[in-house]
Amino acid sequence: MAKITLNINKKDYQLEADPQMPLLWAIRDLAGLKGTKYGCGVAQCGACVVHLDGEAVRSCVTKVSRATGKKVVTIEGLSENNSHPVQKAWQEVDVPQCGYCHSGQIMSAAVLLREKPNPTDQDIDDAMAGNICRCGTYLRIREAIHKAAEMQQKAPVKG
Amino acid sequence: MKQDLNKGPGYFLPRKAATLLSVMIFMIAVAASAFKKNPPAKEIRLNLAERDSVESVKAFETVYKTLMSPRCMNCHPAGDVPLQGDDSHLHAMGPKRGVDGKGVFAMKCANCHQDTNTPGLHTPPGNHDWHLPPAAMRMVFQGKSPHELAKQLVDKKQNGNKDMKKLIEHADDGLVLAGWNPGEGRKLPPVSHAEFKKAWITWIQKGAYAPKK
Repeated sequence: MAKITLNINKKDYQLEADPQMPLLWAIRDLAGLKGTKYGCGVAQCGACVVHLDGEAVRSCVTKVSRATGKKVVTIEGLSENNSHPVQKAWQEVDVPQCGYCHSGQIMSAAVLLREKPNPTDQDIDDAMAGNICRCGTYLRIREAIHKAAEMQQKAPVKG
Repeated sequence: MKQDLNKGPGYFLPRKAATLLSVMIFMIAVAASAFKKNPPAKEIRLNLAERDSVESVKAFETVYKTLMSPRCMNCHPAGDVPLQGDDSHLHAMGPKRGVDGKGVFAMKCANCHQDTNTPGLHTPPGNHDWHLPPAAMRMVFQGKSPHELAKQLVDKKQNGNKDMKKLIEHADDGLVLAGWNPGEGRKLPPVSHAEFKKAWITWIQKGAYAPKK
């Protein structure tokens, strides 16, 4: 065990953790942020995606030691008041069915829209292929990402 | 008796001949000194006198079967999706190469592949520099015959602008070495890294000959 400081959603958390601990456990069990989900534990499903210095890493296989000194953003910190275009589009299209995978879906989609503000269907498939939805909401996910792209062009995301 | 070498015939050498000889000795000494510097300890010396097409091609057999093993070929696919597993199937989730070989958008290699292997079966192997060859220099192994692969490996336009020295050094590249540390449940390449490196250097030093087929 070691004393570790993690910056999550712009807030420093002083944690007692094994540096080898998966970041997901630190986020959920130590910082108490339950929005990020455990799916497969082997980086195969995407339910645990968070942003690490802006990249959509899978927190189930990312060690806490990799996150120290970097900025972690979880679904709770993506925006204030769920106002990120992806979150608003998700609500408008009513994307989720059971909802379990959607914090990961939204975090991946946010990276896509930052790097490709007006993505094609192929771009969306390339970006989102690692996020599995057992309810099969893929068509709504695609529709919502296109809608979020339109929203983002009207009101660009800050920061 | 005092001798004057600059005067008259009958002495050791005529004056002009002696001058010419001095100049020649000086030039030879300068030329020889240019090659006299000892190479650094790790410098690899390529001796063209060692060229041997039979030995070179024989060494390439080991090189080829290693490079075509899943641990090497999986990241040198014919398409833009890496391969995976001992059967070299397309990588689950279909991650794409991207311009720099490090993936695209939310599907970048390092999003799953950590600095080290993740413990457990069917978990992502790791290396801090995990990537495919970039889009502009795809360095495809999959589907290449021994002849094609040998030609490609020494072609600077297809090998990342590596000369023979850099090619030899590449045997110890971190990502090459990672092939011999593949993580749980994955087969090792068919020979040890030491055997591969020996064959690799032999192939190159003996002339980097390509097999006929």
